[in-house]
Amino acid sequence: MSGTGIGARVLRKEDFRFITGKGQYTDDVNRYGQAHAVFLRSPHAHAEILGIKLDAARAMPGVIDIFTGDDLAADKIGGLICGWMIHSKDGTPMKAGAHPALAQGKVRYVGDHVAVIIAETQAQARDAMEKIVVDYKVLAPVVAMADAVKSGAPVLHDVAPDNTVYNWALGDEAATQAAFAKAAHVTKLDIVNNRLVPNPMEPRAAVGDWDSGQDAFTLYTTSQNPHVARLVLSAFIGIAPEHKLRVIAPDVGGGFGSKIFIYAEETVCVWAAKKVGRPVKWVADRTEAFLSDAHGRDHVTHAEMALDASGKILGLRVKTQANLGAYLSTFSSCVPTYLYAPLLSGQYDIPAIYVEVDGLYTNTAPVDAYRGAGRPEATFVIERMVEVAAREVKQDPAEFRRRNFVRQFPHQTPVIMCYDAGDYDAALTKALEMSDYKNIGARKAESAKKGLLRGIGFSAYIEACGIAPSAAVGSLGAGVGLWESAEVRVNPVGTVEILTGSHSHGQGHETTFAQLVSERLGISIDNVAIVHGDTDKVQMGMGTYGSRSGAVGMSAISKALDKIEAKAKKVAGFVLEASPDDIEFKDGKFSVRGTDKEIDFASVALQAYIAHKFNGQELEPGLKESAFWDPTNFTFPAGVHICELEIDPATGVTRIDRWTAVDDFGNVINPMIVEGQVHGGIAQGVGQALLEGAVYDASGQLVTASYMDYSMPRAGDLPSYDVGMTQTACPSNPLGIKGCGEAGAIAAPPAVMNAITDAIGHEGIDMPATPLALWRAIQKAAPRAAAE
Amino acid sequence: MAMTMTGEVALSASRETVWVKLNDPAVLKACIPGCETLDKTSDTGFSAVVKLKIGPVSATFKGSVELSDLDPPNGYRISGQGEGGVAGFAKGGATVRLLPPAEGNDGCILSYDVEANVGGKIAQLGARLIDGVAKKTADQFFNNFAEAVKAG
Repeated sequence: MSGTGIGARVLRKEDFRFITGKGQYTDDVNRYGQAHAVFLRSPHAHAEILGIKLDAARAMPGVIDIFTGDDLAADKIGGLICGWMIHSKDGTPMKAGAHPALAQGKVRYVGDHVAVIIAETQAQARDAMEKIVVDYKVLAPVVAMADAVKSGAPVLHDVAPDNTVYNWALGDEAATQAAFAKAAHVTKLDIVNNRLVPNPMEPRAAVGDWDSGQDAFTLYTTSQNPHVARLVLSAFIGIAPEHKLRVIAPDVGGGFGSKIFIYAEETVCVWAAKKVGRPVKWVADRTEAFLSDAHGRDHVTHAEMALDASGKILGLRVKTQANLGAYLSTFSSCVPTYLYAPLLSGQYDIPAIYVEVDGLYTNTAPVDAYRGAGRPEATFVIERMVEVAAREVKQDPAEFRRRNFVRQFPHQTPVIMCYDAGDYDAALTKALEMSDYKNIGARKAESAKKGLLRGIGFSAYIEACGIAPSAAVGSLGAGVGLWESAEVRVNPVGTVEILTGSHSHGQGHETTFAQLVSERLGISIDNVAIVHGDTDKVQMGMGTYGSRSGAVGMSAISKALDKIEAKAKKVAGFVLEASPDDIEFKDGKFSVRGTDKEIDFASVALQAYIAHKFNGQELEPGLKESAFWDPTNFTFPAGVHICELEIDPATGVTRIDRWTAVDDFGNVINPMIVEGQVHGGIAQGVGQALLEGAVYDASGQLVTASYMDYSMPRAGDLPSYDVGMTQTACPSNPLGIKGCGEAGAIAAPPAVMNAITDAIGHEGIDMPATPLALWRAIQKAAPRAAAE
Repeated sequence: MAMTMTGEVALSASRETVWVKLNDPAVLKACIPGCETLDKTSDTGFSAVVKLKIGPVSATFKGSVELSDLDPPNGYRISGQGEGGVAGFAKGGATVRLLPPAEGNDGCILSYDVEANVGGKIAQLGARLIDGVAKKTADQFFNNFAEAVKAG
């Protein structure tokens, strides 16, 4: 054995180049003769463009050209698209307003793209931008969702006169009503899921290049799914046919979903490269990232849960308003619908669920998938609801959950999903032990002696990952299939290149994918290279999001490795003069069953290519196989997180004291990387709960547009996590993997807020529970006690 | 991003004298921080160019200033708006009142009630920076004005 196979805690192969500054990011790409683009952005949330004066700007030093929406329209460059069709409950299709890459006649959020200035240097482009005069007729904006649906509200898109993209529903309304009719107790809660800015470490960037000899384009871009970018830019936006458009997503420094989407900037850069006959580069500054990266979350929900006299959940009904921003981003429509409502059953056996979701336009940045995408919002609703319900019926929140857990698998929920495997009791039992739950009373008393409020909060989350069976998502409106592809190229010396349609932007694929190969072929991970992120190398792929690269991407690799093994056995059979049926492959060696005749993998690879031992008519030379894997179901990672914290009522400052995470990710390739994903996810979830919040003021200005006003979690805000695992293998893919990338961000917010509301003794606090918000909430409940 | 500021300054001249100065473009130009030009366009309107530095952003705002609710010598409303190009925009106004002095004092008291709104890049700099600059700019204007009144 190589010791670098499945389950090994090997260090990440890619980290040497990342931590020594040798990564090659999009901003590291510099093409000969490259020009620089900057985007003039709207300072207004909502305005008509009456005119744009470019003459003075064109005369500035270094300016090569300036383009507006009219130029794109003249070249018949299409608008940006939303790739998931949602139908309202009355059957009408969603109302998608046009989304031009550069504004045509109207701007709809602060940061909307008005013009692009292309100059010799970025500084010259910026200086020229100062000289552009735009004549705006400022319109009243719609900022709050409650205002968007008022009669007489300003209208963003003519196709949606009530600013409503869809009124969507899922579940059985009548059955849910019947469940509530026989309820002994009904828990009601209003829930806000705060708007977040994604904040990957690397801002977005693009370099567009056009080869006049080939009339072919190359786009280097910060993408989580370069093939999808090529498909959209080619088939929908009309840059060039796919065989004339190469998209390369080199090293990408984090995405969290925000780099799934096809944005205006890369569209314009690649188009403009041909217009100016020069490569065109754009790199976002941090404030541009705040303004124009698709934001996350932003739901307002009212939920009700029906219980019988024993505390068994009978039904759940949920009404959510989802802010989709000013335009529909690439996958925005599915996030608050099919990625949200089907998860509202949580880990619980709930007989009846009915969910209504109104997707709304507002004069704010587009909102789309952000780490967890719909599933954190669902988990926040169900986990706050069960916690509050348990409190109201005076049951222990852990036991209340246990009473309602799903125990038979497969379990069909009333909202689409069929959970394939899990053991929710096991995770809860382990988490209760690890967190020393039985002594929480004593710890609360200790805190009280110090004048501090101690609280404990649970989050028994479930998510749907391994996105997703193509036919299933197609039936729900997806414009694409969500399989994954892989190609395994074995070199004559026995080293291996894996071409994958997954895209690593921090996940560690170069290590974990190599570990799979190491396990299967008995070679060290040092002899495996992972190739991804280039549409000229990898034929087609669907990219990385929704914790799908392990469950779907690696399953494709596994399937291709099956073919490699079968072919190699044939080669070995010729070399060892035995039938392939008698060849065994173990620990990197092929042997003839029952004999001592054997040959190692590298030698078989060489034999496959020199092809001396077999006839080319009997067996094709070479050792290269490819596969597509289309999953049979979503995967269902689940677990229990327990947050224990102390609040100083005098200041409202929260200190997280303990964090217990017990996750069931199915089989695990590299526990160290999985733990890292859990740690990072929890940090993001804690950020949402305690610190982060994107805020637009009443006029639609983003007042949290830099790190001065938008607070990210830092090491000092976070405890040392206590991470454990349970394992039930996933039956829906050959590796038994469920996925781990989003779990922490999904689990953490309700755990924090359940702990906070436990500590302060009431539910009147929303995220982010900043010291000021908490201090006020404490004062409101018990001003005297807090003052003492 | 909206801000409000209120304040009072004691002035050494009578309300009638102050009223004249409040309506004098030359005085206003001298008092508005960063004001490069202030040209009368009507009885109550002016076009203005104002240069401001807000943190790292330096911008020239071109816009208009309008006087309304004229109630001599008790006060008026001064409002304005300007486009600062890439820096964004600013608009706002102040209700200015001239009140009789405290008993035993000469002169008068000028009270102001300012609301301002900024957008675009200057708003993105954040409230911490903008609030301070707005307050300082308002203070500067009324301090300059008090000096102008004192100078006669």
